[in-house]
Amino acid sequence: MDTLTATPTIEPGAKADRPVAVYCKGITKTYGSGQSAVRALRGVDVDVRTGELMMLVGPSGCGKTTLISIIAGVLDRDEGECTVLGKDFKVLGPSGTTQFRATNVGFVFQAFNLIPTLTLAENVAVPLLINRVRRADAIEQACEMLKKVGLGDRTKDIPTRLSGGQQQRVAISRALVHKPKLLVCDEPTSALDHVTGQKVMELLRSVAAGNDLSLVVVTHDARIFEFADRIAEMDDGRIVSMTTGKGHQHSSFDASHAK
Amino acid sequence: MIRIAIKMLMGDRLKYLGLLAGMAFAAMMISQQMSIFLGLSSQTGTFIREMTSTDLWVMDPQLRFSEDTISLPDTALQRVRSIEGVAHAVPLYKGFLKAQLADGTRTSVIVVGVDDATLSGAPATIKNGDATLLRQEPGILIDERDMGTKLAYTRSGGAPMKLGDRISINDRDALVVGTYRGSPSFFWDPTIYTTYSRALQFAPRERRLMSFVMVKVAPGQDVLAVKERIERITGYAARTSVDFENITKAYILKSTGILINFGIAVGLGFVIGMIVTGQTFFNFTLDNLRYFAALKAMGASTGTLVRMVLSQVLSVTWLAFGLGVGIAAFMGHFLAKTDLAFLMKWEVLVVTVGMMLVVGVVAALISLVKVLRLEPGVVFKG
Repeated sequence: MDTLTATPTIEPGAKADRPVAVYCKGITKTYGSGQSAVRALRGVDVDVRTGELMMLVGPSGCGKTTLISIIAGVLDRDEGECTVLGKDFKVLGPSGTTQFRATNVGFVFQAFNLIPTLTLAENVAVPLLINRVRRADAIEQACEMLKKVGLGDRTKDIPTRLSGGQQQRVAISRALVHKPKLLVCDEPTSALDHVTGQKVMELLRSVAAGNDLSLVVVTHDARIFEFADRIAEMDDGRIVSMTTGKGHQHSSFDASHAK
Repeated sequence: MIRIAIKMLMGDRLKYLGLLAGMAFAAMMISQQMSIFLGLSSQTGTFIREMTSTDLWVMDPQLRFSEDTISLPDTALQRVRSIEGVAHAVPLYKGFLKAQLADGTRTSVIVVGVDDATLSGAPATIKNGDATLLRQEPGILIDERDMGTKLAYTRSGGAPMKLGDRISINDRDALVVGTYRGSPSFFWDPTIYTTYSRALQFAPRERRLMSFVMVKVAPGQDVLAVKERIERITGYAARTSVDFENITKAYILKSTGILINFGIAVGLGFVIGMIVTGQTFFNFTLDNLRYFAALKAMGASTGTLVRMVLSQVLSVTWLAFGLGVGIAAFMGHFLAKTDLAFLMKWEVLVVTVGMMLVVGVVAALISLVKVLRLEPGVVFKG
């Protein structure tokens, strides 16, 4: 990895020739007010290209979660510019942003957040159902997606019967089933052992490469840095360094290895 | 998303069953107490409803309900008979008297004296003959259900009264010549039928003893026009059976406080249902908050979340309503074989479902406030 300056610039290995999917400039965010105010972001500039896997790293409280929340459209920024796939959430408004997320953003959570009483297929179908796809079609597409991640034979299982790695693959299926343009992942490997974490990242890497999908991954896990195209290191509400990773060297994923 | 919502709810078996049980209990309490209340309320008019041979009851205007004892002068009968549109009018005695059974058991009875000539007003369902049995001296008819209960020989082991037994009413001898099958009444004392003249012998000496004049309106005459005419000319009150039953019901409800008591029971069912349902459903929502947050982050709109929460509550409400009302109806089925009051009319179902919907919607609103205020960003906070 090569360390870059704090200013986000696109290196050749970072797919600089691709269109910008996420563009943020001068983003600030403060929680609370008065003496108890906490400045979570102090003017962040960052961009993510189509098909790029960007990792946000840094110590706890540095602003990673706030930044990913703003990029995903689940938190409003105070100041600065931010467009995602050419749209500014402040212009879209709350209901427009909700609709935008439903259509264009996929989420992978640290705790998976799979609904334990639903089957894997139903869990994966949720984003399609939110987008008003007919139930039967949604379940069919969900089963197809589960097949792609090597869980095609367990579509009627419930999440609690799966290992952590398998659950995260289900969560990734859910994040991708509606073919979003942006995938935001919050600590996707922190609940997994090293080998499983590697396989999950290989899976994410391969879908990003194959679908012109932009990924923003928040992580503490240094063992997966190698999957990033670029790594933005944050501290005290700012991006303090930008490094290129080796993500582009990873080949496409073979789901059978992840079992 | 509604199926997803319902599966989310039903998947948590313990909470789901708790919610169902709480709401079913509330529905059972509300419908059962209202049915008992309606049953009791209806039983206040039993005596009036069973007098099917009359179109109008003429009575003292100050009479408040069917068991009230404000008598009319004997002249009232002739005055009513003289009014245009009256086909015939007969006297009726009704009063509470003291009675003593052969073994010395003392009780009070309601004595009804029907017209000697026509026997109009005698019970319709006499088991061992017809109303002419009353022509035997000194004949009385008793309710067959009272024979082993209210008129049983309690001082000598509880043996039931039988046909041919003698009873002393206000120190006058009476002979049980027949039994009838009456409907359960709100008023506890046993009702004994006899002729008007014999009833007057049983009754203590008073200047006025006639309780009502029972009027049959002539064919082709308008009942309400005749009623108005009787009231205008005599100054007495003339009431149809429906009106008389209604004022009796209103008086009993007002003076006994049963409306308040049953209202409290129904209210308790409502409040308990509300608390149990609200609490259980709120706990369910809290347990599932991170999933709701995830759904919100994934783009579930406010409308979708509202529909999800409402469908969860309403599905349980509907099922609990069926279960609770079913249990109440089952209990009512058994009560029907006793004298206990139970009347489940369609209005009971409408009010119960209405109250249950309020319970459900309030429970849903409490949870919805939590869900709708939820910041989707919390899903990124571990």
